Amino acid sequence: MNPAIDLLDVFFQRENRKIISNFSLRIDYGEICVLLGRSGCGKTTVLKLINRLLEPARGEIRVDGRSTKEWDPIQLKRHIGYVIQEVGLFPHMTVGANLGLLLKLERWEAERIDQRVKELLEMIGLEPQQFGKRYPSELSGGQRQRVGVARALALDPPILLMDEPFGALDPLTRQEIQAEFLALQGRLKKTVVLVTHDLREALLLGTRIVLLREGRIAALGTPQELLSSRDVEIMQYLKPLRDVHVL
Amino acid sequence: MELAEFLLENRAEVTRLIGQHVSLVLLSTVLACAVGIPAGLVMTRSHWFEKAGLGFANVVQTIPSLALFGFLIPVPAIGGIGARTAIVAMVLYALLPIVRNTYAGIRGVEESVLEAGRGLGLTPSQLMWHIQIPLSLDVIMAGVRVAAITSVGVATIAAAIGAGGLGMYIFRGVASVNSTLILAGAVPAALMALMVDFALGRLEVHLRRHKRS
Ligand SMILES: Nc1ncnc2c1ncn2[C@@H]1O[C@H](COP(=O)(O)OP(=O)(O)OP(=O)(O)O)[C@@H](O)[C@H]1O
Ligand SMILES: [Mg+2]
Repeated sequence: MNPAIDLLDVFFQRENRKIISNFSLRIDYGEICVLLGRSGCGKTTVLKLINRLLEPARGEIRVDGRSTKEWDPIQLKRHIGYVIQEVGLFPHMTVGANLGLLLKLERWEAERIDQRVKELLEMIGLEPQQFGKRYPSELSGGQRQRVGVARALALDPPILLMDEPFGALDPLTRQEIQAEFLALQGRLKKTVVLVTHDLREALLLGTRIVLLREGRIAALGTPQELLSSRDVEIMQYLKPLRDVHVL
Repeated sequence: MELAEFLLENRAEVTRLIGQHVSLVLLSTVLACAVGIPAGLVMTRSHWFEKAGLGFANVVQTIPSLALFGFLIPVPAIGGIGARTAIVAMVLYALLPIVRNTYAGIRGVEESVLEAGRGLGLTPSQLMWHIQIPLSLDVIMAGVRVAAITSVGVATIAAAIGAGGLGMYIFRGVASVNSTLILAGAVPAALMALMVDFALGRLEVHLRRHKRS
């Protein structure tokens, strides 16, 4: 079977500066592939290459076995849900309208849109009557992030790209949302590429973890494999966790 | 007091001149919107239009209004003496703030919101209609407000080329050194400008309500 996403020796540069080099990665259906790495190492760039917000300088990216160049760019993006790092809810639209926009553009009937919006809100644990009518400015940061995830899922895309979807939350809320996400994924079985720079999150959510360093893959493996890795950066990542354990 | 007496005695004529003035302002502002908003939108899409549009609107704005009326009078089809020439000149004046604000409003939409829209698979025109335009309405409205206020002023000069309006009293008053007559034109015009400013300002605030996420 084809992998869901296949990156084949991808290069990407800006103004002659290499951002992504020699990047090859196969992501199978149903995986939660976590991209881990320091700020600026190219995590967001990889996501944008997958849904073709950016074009690679060299190499090929295949989604469902087909090169992203052959996909209609709009179809590709609707096939892949994208949760951006800054959440990016549309501030002039209610939560309901944010969730329903793509459905409207896909010419769904109004009743069906309402039904789906209600479903999505229930899925992320927000009471539809109350939250559907609110504007993004009337939500807490965590609620906004949940809506961002729900919006990406509106068309039920088989692939989901999530750029630090649980960043900027207090640890307790973060744990809660992470658990909810895992439960949700158990039901939805999407192919997920999730960006984080939090190793704990990577270990908890990932079926596989890719450590990026300066646009290259520095390490790749299951959480178990990473935990026993001798890589210097991974050991640095692990150190605080180990220290806490000693306590 | 003399002014109140004058306005009361001539209320029929005053009403007619105010009506003319309002029509001039309304018509020219609406036309300027019809031209300026699409022009501003196109400018955000094309480098060539961006340069040409801002350049043109800036040049027009630097021509003194009386001179602009003068330039237009000999132009065939749009020129001549009367309201038509005045409206053309007023539209040209009103264009700059509308074009500039439309352009700035669209350009000012937060990058993260656009990125989210693109990532969800909105086409460029869907992005324009559903995201960029709604999110710039308040800035566009601010441009329309400036344009309308300017038009109230420019319309007083339109009387010089036979377009009527409150400028009639001002010019007559100046010619006959009659300050009551000057005020009879100037005071209602000033009030009109204040009212336009207030009303469109309120609208602008209303449109800005849900801009921050
Ligand atoms: N629009 C841009 N123009 C120029 N350089 C950019 C642009 N976007 C990103 N870069 C550069 O590309 C590199 C990779 O950026 P990217 O956004 O992929 O990092 P990241 O791993 O997502 O970082 P973070 O964890 O801070 O979000 C960085 O060096 C960044 O400065
Ligand atoms: Mg990033």
